[in-house]
Amino acid sequence: MDKSLLLDTVSISMNGYELLSVHHKISAGEVLTIMGPSGVGKSTLLSYITGTLPGAFDASGRILLHGEDITDAAPHKRKVGILFQDDLLFPHLSVGGNLAFGLPKGGTRAERADKVNAALAEVGLEGFADHDPDTLSGGQKARVALMRVLLAGPCALLLDEPFSRLDATLRDQIRSLVFQRAKAYQLPVVMVTHDLDDARAAGGEIITLSAANSGGVAP
Amino acid sequence: MSKARFLPVLPALTLIAMLGPVIAGIWGALGPAFGHLPAAGLIGPNLSAFGALFEWAGLPRAAWLSVSTGLLATSLSLIIVTLLTAGWSCTAAFRFLERLLSPLLSVPHAAAAFGLAFLIAPSGWISRLISPGLTGWDRPPDILILNDPNGFAMVAGLVAKEVPFLLLMTLAALGQTKARRSVAVAQSLGYNRTTGWLKTVFPQIYAQIRLPVFVVLAYSMSVVDVAVILGPTTPPTLSVQIVKWMSDPDLSMRTMAAAGALLQLALVLGVLALWKGGEIVISRVGRRWAMAGGRGTWDRLFNGVSIGFGATSAVVVMLGLLVLLIWSVAGFWSFPNLVPDAFTLKNWMRHGDGVSAALGETILIAFIATGIALILTLGCLEAEYRHNLSLSARGMWLLYLPLLIPQTAFLPGLQTLLLNIGADIGRGPVIIAHLVFVLPYVYLSLSEPFRAWDNRIGTVAAALGAGPDRVLWKVRLPMLLRPILTALAIGVSVSVGQYLPTLLIGGGRVATLTTEAVALASGGDRRAIGVYALMQTGAALVPFMIALAVPAVIWRNRRGLRLG
Repeated sequence: MDKSLLLDTVSISMNGYELLSVHHKISAGEVLTIMGPSGVGKSTLLSYITGTLPGAFDASGRILLHGEDITDAAPHKRKVGILFQDDLLFPHLSVGGNLAFGLPKGGTRAERADKVNAALAEVGLEGFADHDPDTLSGGQKARVALMRVLLAGPCALLLDEPFSRLDATLRDQIRSLVFQRAKAYQLPVVMVTHDLDDARAAGGEIITLSAANSGGVAP
Repeated sequence: MSKARFLPVLPALTLIAMLGPVIAGIWGALGPAFGHLPAAGLIGPNLSAFGALFEWAGLPRAAWLSVSTGLLATSLSLIIVTLLTAGWSCTAAFRFLERLLSPLLSVPHAAAAFGLAFLIAPSGWISRLISPGLTGWDRPPDILILNDPNGFAMVAGLVAKEVPFLLLMTLAALGQTKARRSVAVAQSLGYNRTTGWLKTVFPQIYAQIRLPVFVVLAYSMSVVDVAVILGPTTPPTLSVQIVKWMSDPDLSMRTMAAAGALLQLALVLGVLALWKGGEIVISRVGRRWAMAGGRGTWDRLFNGVSIGFGATSAVVVMLGLLVLLIWSVAGFWSFPNLVPDAFTLKNWMRHGDGVSAALGETILIAFIATGIALILTLGCLEAEYRHNLSLSARGMWLLYLPLLIPQTAFLPGLQTLLLNIGADIGRGPVIIAHLVFVLPYVYLSLSEPFRAWDNRIGTVAAALGAGPDRVLWKVRLPMLLRPILTALAIGVSVSVGQYLPTLLIGGGRVATLTTEAVALASGGDRRAIGVYALMQTGAALVPFMIALAVPAVIWRNRRGLRLG
């Protein structure tokens, strides 16, 4: 099966004024980077893909994931995971609770706990299941957020400036972890960033948006 | 998926719950006011009720009292709060006073009024404190301090309760302005702090607390329980007289009550219009004052006066509660002794049965009304979130409308209407009447935290495969536990304090702590009043303590949800 994410002539506009247009196919394990200064509407592209585009925007074009048209699907039926620059862990759930929230229904309680613990061990956080997420360090939170997305079994991953809140050394570490995991899970990835290092590390194609609102493809 | 079809109906249902009884009540007053009350054998329309109303010798005085006490109480409260914030915000003294005043907000009006009465009466605590030493009194003097003909005692009682309310509203508004920077700029231009604040920040603040000020004005003009306890008697204020006519065994007096209700509505609308006119004048004068360049000569005086009044209003309510407590356990207590000659629990035992029954009724009504209000509010806010429906500025007015229409204007008509259609008057209708006043406060308190919730958390949860209902129940509501419980506590305290809706719509058959306490006012049994008023205060305050304690226990291991 085709495990790609296809953005088929997607165009987003506001008050009849086009912010961006993209036509691109992201294959499994590949990263498409969208670059540009803040305010050009990079994140609105991601909200169109997750199905949470604010009412003020108009969008056209189709989104095909694994060959299936998800343009009009409800946000929770799309199987599109997203990481923001803030970890956005649910503050009322434990670390394990956060992971179990994303884990698809099914299995006994023990089986689910095993999956959660295995996911934590995968990023060096074994034994953290009962911890309060607010007591973790920034790097630990980022790793929990990543595993929460992956445990939900997404078919694509979106990254909205996901490393910009991390300090420099941590950033490299988390960045390579995210890209390595995404590759291992064979996910098509769309990343929005204004950091050129992010774009280079991703290794995929880069689309640079300018304030002039044209989406051009760079090599 | 039945929820999806149910949700969009909730905003409409909320509007009906809030405005339906108000409109029905005014409609229900129109018939009797124009002499049409078949239940009393009166067939209209005619002007006989208005004729009788205007023939009543006490009318000019009663109407004047409504206007004068309302205007005086509102202006004084607003001036105190404004000068207090202007001169003292961001200081340690201000924060201390703020902490002192916030819990007093939930003390019911009736309990605060009783407390004040027990302090300032000729045989009250202040008189005992200075007797016989300063006064030479060995018996309570025969002077009219309570129920004075000008209503000054009543104004004092209202100010003590409205200062915390307006202060809280002002603080909320302050967060949305650049007050600190405006004052800093003014100070760098050589302005004294208070004058600088008044000239630069006040116009922004006032625009935001305008509706709450209107609420205070409409409320003060038509309040019944405080007026019964502290207000003048011959004649009483118009609203008190309307209630007297409503409870007259002669049914035809209800036509006078209905005519009075319409007059009360007209008075409140007229004074609101007058206030708006005053706003224009003051803003003109204020602009001239701001441009005249005075840097503030009287600031020290202003600051002294404002902190004095602010502290007094806090101390009066707290001392009042203390005196209520002492009376509730007082045995024989002769004048001018400062403390009773003996303490006893007999008062509590004697009233134990009555108090528990009234407490049960109070809690039942408060919880059902607040529960309904919470469901409607959450439904409205969630519908707004899911379907992008947002409340416009006009919608804000609708929210405040039930608080701007005087209770005495629509509750008599609502009672008559219910009687006419043969509806059973009792607990059910009382709950619906309470809902009219509980809903706006629950909505106002919950809407801001609900909207402030980070929508990206909803996006993350949806991206993890959680549907809208799961996001609401498993993520959003647990995260909002604290504001939800606070809104519940506010709703309960509003319901506990309701006097007139319980009295009129309950047809005298629904006895809550508030109706029982106010009914004791004329009898003068201070021990019984102490017991009932304290229980009333407890019923309003305990939910706030629960609202503080529950999240602290449930989220004891969740640092991200502790008070920041």
